[in-house]
Amino acid sequence: MIGKPISRVDGPEKVTGQAKYAAEFNVPDLTYGVVVSSTITKGTITRIDTSKALALDGVLEVFTHKNRPKTAWFDMSYKDQDSPPGSPFRPLHNDQVKYNGQPIALVVAETFEVARYAATLVEIDYDPEPCETDLLKHLHEARDPKSGVANLFKPLPPKPRGDSAAAYANAPVSMSARYIHGMQHHNPMEMFATTVEYGRNGHLTIYDKTQGATNSQLYVTQAFNLSFDQVRVISPYVGGGFGSGLRPQYQLFLAVMAARALERSVRVSLTRQQMWSFGHRPATVQNIRLAANADGTLAAVEHEAIAETSQFEDYTETVVNWTGKLYDCANSTLSYKVKSLDMYSPLDMRAPGGVTGVHAIECAIDELAYNAGIDPLDFRFKNYSEKDWTEKDKPFSSKELRACFTQGAERFGWSNRTPEPRSMRRGHTLIGWGMATGIWDANQVPARAEAVLTVNGKLRVSSATADIGTGTYTIMTQIAAELLGMPLENVIFRLGDTDMPLAPIQGGSWTAATVGSAVKVTCEALAKKLFKLARKMPGSPLASADFTDVFFANSHIRLRRDPSVAVPLQAIVDQNGGRAISETGTSLPNMLKQKDYSRSAHAAAFVEVEVDEDFGTVVVTRAVSAVAAGRILNPKTARSQIIGGMVWGISSALQEESVMDHRYGRYMNQNLAEYHIPVCADVRDLDVIFVEEVDDIVNPLGVKGVGEVGLVAMPAAIANAVFHATGKRIHDLPIQLDRLL
Amino acid sequence: MNPFAYSRPASLADTVNELAGSSRSRIIAGGTNLIDLMKENVERPAQLIDINRLPFSTIDELPDGGLRLGALVTNADTAYHPLVEQRYPLLSQTILAGASPQLRNMATNGGNLFQRTRCYYFYDTSMPCNKRAATNNGPGGCAAYGGYNRIHAILGTTDDTNGQSSCVATYPSDMAVALTALDAVVQVTGPNGDRSIPMADFHRLPGAEPWRDNTTQPGEVVTAIDLPTRGFPDHYTYIKVRDRSSYAFALVSVAVGLEMDGDVVRDARIALGGVAHKPWRKSEAEQLLIGKTLSPETIRPVADALLAGARGYGHNDFKIELAHRAIIRAVLKSGLDNGAVE
Repeated sequence: MIGKPISRVDGPEKVTGQAKYAAEFNVPDLTYGVVVSSTITKGTITRIDTSKALALDGVLEVFTHKNRPKTAWFDMSYKDQDSPPGSPFRPLHNDQVKYNGQPIALVVAETFEVARYAATLVEIDYDPEPCETDLLKHLHEARDPKSGVANLFKPLPPKPRGDSAAAYANAPVSMSARYIHGMQHHNPMEMFATTVEYGRNGHLTIYDKTQGATNSQLYVTQAFNLSFDQVRVISPYVGGGFGSGLRPQYQLFLAVMAARALERSVRVSLTRQQMWSFGHRPATVQNIRLAANADGTLAAVEHEAIAETSQFEDYTETVVNWTGKLYDCANSTLSYKVKSLDMYSPLDMRAPGGVTGVHAIECAIDELAYNAGIDPLDFRFKNYSEKDWTEKDKPFSSKELRACFTQGAERFGWSNRTPEPRSMRRGHTLIGWGMATGIWDANQVPARAEAVLTVNGKLRVSSATADIGTGTYTIMTQIAAELLGMPLENVIFRLGDTDMPLAPIQGGSWTAATVGSAVKVTCEALAKKLFKLARKMPGSPLASADFTDVFFANSHIRLRRDPSVAVPLQAIVDQNGGRAISETGTSLPNMLKQKDYSRSAHAAAFVEVEVDEDFGTVVVTRAVSAVAAGRILNPKTARSQIIGGMVWGISSALQEESVMDHRYGRYMNQNLAEYHIPVCADVRDLDVIFVEEVDDIVNPLGVKGVGEVGLVAMPAAIANAVFHATGKRIHDLPIQLDRLL
Repeated sequence: MNPFAYSRPASLADTVNELAGSSRSRIIAGGTNLIDLMKENVERPAQLIDINRLPFSTIDELPDGGLRLGALVTNADTAYHPLVEQRYPLLSQTILAGASPQLRNMATNGGNLFQRTRCYYFYDTSMPCNKRAATNNGPGGCAAYGGYNRIHAILGTTDDTNGQSSCVATYPSDMAVALTALDAVVQVTGPNGDRSIPMADFHRLPGAEPWRDNTTQPGEVVTAIDLPTRGFPDHYTYIKVRDRSSYAFALVSVAVGLEMDGDVVRDARIALGGVAHKPWRKSEAEQLLIGKTLSPETIRPVADALLAGARGYGHNDFKIELAHRAIIRAVLKSGLDNGAVE
């Protein structure tokens, strides 16, 4: 089962509308909350008049900072599994406005329509203060970020080594450039929503849009001083996450607050416009200086990043360390700084930091290769790194990037490229070929799972993880089916419920490794238990066998030396008095094994663009991504992940940006008509290669996540292709047509 | 969104009466723009008048050889109508360059004429906007003037140095650009009876009343759009330059129809979209092409004349050069082959 291109097991439910999302759970006597958002960026609320709203029939309450129920006192209580260092934002906390779009009031009514209308009747006066939201104006004020638990998986840069400035000055070939990208917002199809079912004795059943049911539960229990058994969070389906659900968003807080105050069930859904009122990919400015020796080996590397954060938290990303992981240069200086601005804290967004930093370094490497007169692919072979100096010169647990380069180039036809810019054209159309490297972490964290052989001989496995559309349901079903030798249709995997065994937030491309390992150890433990029971059955043909003598296939335990000697799993349940047999298990990363290695997935992207010479419009006509990500559990869902990443790469490179009017600190294109991401017509011929990679260090399954690595290489590959087509180095993203006129 | 009344008049006369009765009544047909505006509180109608059952859902031949497009015919049905495809391929192709299939299936020809600007500041009721302020909906002024104006107008704007009375919005339709090039005529019925409004006069520049998008009078209902006989089926082009391949409004668009006598231009129509508060046409510019053979050199003065007086506001400065290039490409393309859309 593992390694087979199985179609999504949750596919039929999704396409027939049976899959329910957070705002679709209909509970009796539901009330509806609508959020009123601030229209200023910074200042004080001097007056809120809710009388007109309250006068409407059907309005139950308007919550503001003045009348909100008491919640936890300490900052600590508002932290979640993904909180950066600092003081988390508290909705309706006081009269201070800290960012534009901040929730100012929650109107709760018997119907959604009344709540929405009432929300327009809430009158708010502000005493506004000047706001600062433009990173480019404040680069000189950048500072070192506070570090915290978050940096465990998002390390800050290592200390410089060698003397990059001197090496840069003395080298024969060099380049330097500044790279800027603006803000982006996740914008999953499903808007953030929470349905809180208010139960007996105030028990809360919460249907939340989240990438971690356990994270939402933790947050609610802390912020509202509740015990874990008073709060159950359920989130079986997530209509896209991309990182936006890694932290509990404010609709969760507001819905719980209102439900408890009114002792009613409450649903709060955000609007598309309000999807711009919490985390984003931070605007980042990067300066890079590179130098090479005459033979094309790197002599100096300097990569500096300055990113924005909020006034209340130091959100950080790993932006520059990738440069050190990819290029082992003796004279390297990596630096990362932040600047606090009047905005909400940025938030992990697919390949956070990676897509930012790798875009810059891979464009810079392309430019340096050109300056050295070396083919960009050859230049990367010449500077191929076998160890990770950012992690004390550890070797990689596995790194088949060379195979990615070779196989990707072969499939793409890279050898037919003419190196001179503007050397390939069709009529008005300039053609360019570019390539770049991608890299992403291969982490594993602790998780738990439960496996049950049910009374009717089926296997039910569960863990409180999430499936944000990535294929978690499917690959976990495959792993369980393989280990217990059962057909897929007899295996059910469940997730997204805090009554299930603990799993961490689904992010960082670690779920396949993390939950997969938990499912593996748990199913292995169940297998042993079943074997023991099978042996004890009266007249068991396996009575004298050891566990190593048997295997599981076709829902039987079979003897290896004679598979016809077997015990059906159903018989074990029957013998067990018709009772289900269950086992729980915990998987922990094997630190002893992992500690001496740097662990990453790698990729290479090759891209063809067509650029209209007169209009500057860019189309990615074809792209090949070759990916080394350990064992591929399901080539079909994995391919979808890489394709999705590649499409996002097109988006990042050419289209996507949240534009803020810094005079107001307000986003101007907060809807999906004006916030551009690729449409079908923008997505042409995309091809994915998974190269063979064996890794028994990363985790027991040998898998590395594929959720992010498919995106990382694309923006630079596209920008490099645009250079090859036009001769213009466009350092800033997105490369909209006016930059090429 | 506000509470509103809903009515479905049985006749055109009732529609006109109801519409004339209240300045806060709005006609709803496909609703592809009005509903969005209502959700964002930009439009707060007291009454929606649903005209979908009125008899304006056909495309009919006119006695003079032209074609009458019913106001309620959808954009999709218009674009794929055999007579439109045959005689007015410019219109067909232009409609198909706009929106998405889903939207074109709902949007009507009449509604297309009334779609409102995509100016970001117009859509955000907390922002200063002279288009909205007239209906007591948000502060006055023009935030786009000194703000993020990448998609805004370069021609026919109203501006002053502080933006207080400015309007730099564009009218976003593709379809109307072709209708303007084709000299279409809009048929309206109002409290004072029927009248015909040439496309060129239907939309207006912002002037001192930026809240008025068009020249219809209170109570007037668009019933049809008439296409004259000449459809330029042999030499036409619609070029739409935009930020992605589909479902994006034009940064600049050009509709061209030519009549050629061998290599020589006998008649020319050129209309621009995405550059002004209305589709932009100048007959004196078109005259410069008559009698000419087509080359970048002969077209350049035409582009200069069309774009005379153009000015940028920062982010949209590039539109002037882009429009220039698009005009040259579109006219050349119309003459060289039998036209197509880019």
